[in-house]
Amino acid sequence: MTERTLTKGGSSSPATASRRRGGRGRPPTVPDHRGGNGVPRRSGPPFRARLRRDWQLLLMTLPAIGLLAVFHYTPTLGNIIAFQDYNPWDGIWGSPWVGFAHFERLFTDPRFWNAASNTLIIAAVQLVFFFPIPIALAILLDSVLSPRLRMVLQSIVYMPHFFSWVLVVTLFQQILGGAGLFSQILRQNGYAPLDVMTDPDAFLFVVTSQMIWKDAGWGTIIFLAALAAVNQNLYESAAVDGAGRWRRMWHITLPGLRPVIILLLILKIGDILNVGFEQFYLQRDAFGSSVSEVLDTYIYHQTLVTGNFSAGAVAGLVKGVVGLILIILANKLAHKMGEHGVYRRA
Amino acid sequence: MSTLFKDRPVWAERPSLPARAGKNTALAAIAVVIIFPLYVVILTSLSPASAVNSAGGLVLVPQGISLQAYADLFSGGVVTRAVLVSLGVTAVGTLVSLVATILAAYGLSQPGSLWHRPLLFGVLLTFLFAPGMIPLYLLVSNLGLIDSYWSLILPTAVNAFNLVVMRAFFMNLPKEIGDSARVDGASEWTILTRLVLPMSKGVTAVVGLFYAVGYWNAFFNAILYINDNSKWPLQLILRQYVQQGQQLSSSSVIGDAVQGGTASAPNLAIQMAIVVVALVPVTFIYPLVQKHFTKGVIIGAVKG
Repeated sequence: MTERTLTKGGSSSPATASRRRGGRGRPPTVPDHRGGNGVPRRSGPPFRARLRRDWQLLLMTLPAIGLLAVFHYTPTLGNIIAFQDYNPWDGIWGSPWVGFAHFERLFTDPRFWNAASNTLIIAAVQLVFFFPIPIALAILLDSVLSPRLRMVLQSIVYMPHFFSWVLVVTLFQQILGGAGLFSQILRQNGYAPLDVMTDPDAFLFVVTSQMIWKDAGWGTIIFLAALAAVNQNLYESAAVDGAGRWRRMWHITLPGLRPVIILLLILKIGDILNVGFEQFYLQRDAFGSSVSEVLDTYIYHQTLVTGNFSAGAVAGLVKGVVGLILIILANKLAHKMGEHGVYRRA
Repeated sequence: MSTLFKDRPVWAERPSLPARAGKNTALAAIAVVIIFPLYVVILTSLSPASAVNSAGGLVLVPQGISLQAYADLFSGGVVTRAVLVSLGVTAVGTLVSLVATILAAYGLSQPGSLWHRPLLFGVLLTFLFAPGMIPLYLLVSNLGLIDSYWSLILPTAVNAFNLVVMRAFFMNLPKEIGDSARVDGASEWTILTRLVLPMSKGVTAVVGLFYAVGYWNAFFNAILYINDNSKWPLQLILRQYVQQGQQLSSSSVIGDAVQGGTASAPNLAIQMAIVVVALVPVTFIYPLVQKHFTKGVIIGAVKG
């Protein structure tokens, strides 16, 4: 179902048929090498004919497009309250304009810079300590020969991805928290209990462990697919030529994963401000905001706790704009390195 | 090194004993790290008061089975209501999401159709930026959806990623099917429901699971939009009574949850039972869909 075709309505009257043919009468198209995403230039079939042909398809897109328009695009426009002193009684139309006053206040707020630096620190730690794990895990899983055992292991490691953050944080608390299993065993053996779940020094360790527990398994999917696509003959020839298993991994497996690794690395850089939200919101009180406040929780506590909507919107807008710039830069980088990126070059 | 080989290929040397031992230990350790917390939680929720007391907390070794904690939870109270709210939101939300996503994915699956490009662009553009928490909150509030269950569904009803996955799958189906049906005068609706959907069960199951898990796990939307705690979904209950450790039996909010009070299960068992209730739907639905992950439904679609 790639290209709409000309032959429709074989049973319709000659008049309709010719009109429809007119509607679909595009010149034969050049084969599209961009994977069916690009659309050939049309010589302009009449709008009404195309509407008559495609109204059902348009109608089908309506619910989703409508939902995105209302719940994505409208609130995006709503960001203009960042330039207002918004209050709910006067609304967007009645609230006074204040220019960049909120931006100035934001950039002089030490808590904002604390949240920004925490976000960057967490992102960096994720990059170094989380990112390589799915790669290693995928190589390990891929080396399991028995399909049944492999299936069982995959099922197990994918599963935590589907647990909510509340659940994951609760499980960690039950095992590692001050009233959790670990402390319980320590206490019963005469040692002092150890509560890592409230220790600010342990914060990065705890949140990274949680991420690994929850999502490292799920992260293997894309690497496993890349591994399955590696030409098996390469391994055989290398083995015949005397390459051992580590040399094969270094010279065949890792180069096979290289494009995926680069792509995901670049995407990660574009997504650096989105370190996650619920995980930090849930543990903010336990660890203290000096280590656990990230940009999203800052926005929440700025606004919905204090009622200062414009201050929160400003922080959200700054984060969104910086994030957008990062994504665009990351994609530019991806294209430079010959990868696809999240969107293709237009 | 791949699924192609059920046996070790002839050219591959058999790994040394330490290497095999190391690999198997690593795999076993990974499985244990994931399963162990679940085991402890499930076991404690099923343990009688005596077992919880003698363990001094979480139970590691089974010492009798008691369903008292679950009987308490489902005796009609805050938790019972929260489970019903979560189930309802998940069911209605998944239905709304799947219908909107399938329709739009099919509607956008035919390049060259009217407004195909701008509409697709409008969908893809949502990948690049989020509207921001505050404007979205104000919108939901202005639409009068605060404390309405629809606030948990509509803002997240259409996920562009899921839409793109579905669309890519539809586009990879042989186009002759649709063409020949069109020649026979079939409407697009008929083609979608009679021909395309029956061939798309796998991708529908996967996308349905993504949506269902999203609704079941939704936490922050409820924090933002649901002030009335009698309308709280399960994740908020889980947070308040387990993660934050508010006492179930002594809390006035839950007053009628544990009827009788005195004969109830230990607090810890009840807490763990709430965790299990939050866990169970995911672990039950997941194996039904899991096989499609390994078949590469998602990867194939993303590449497309």
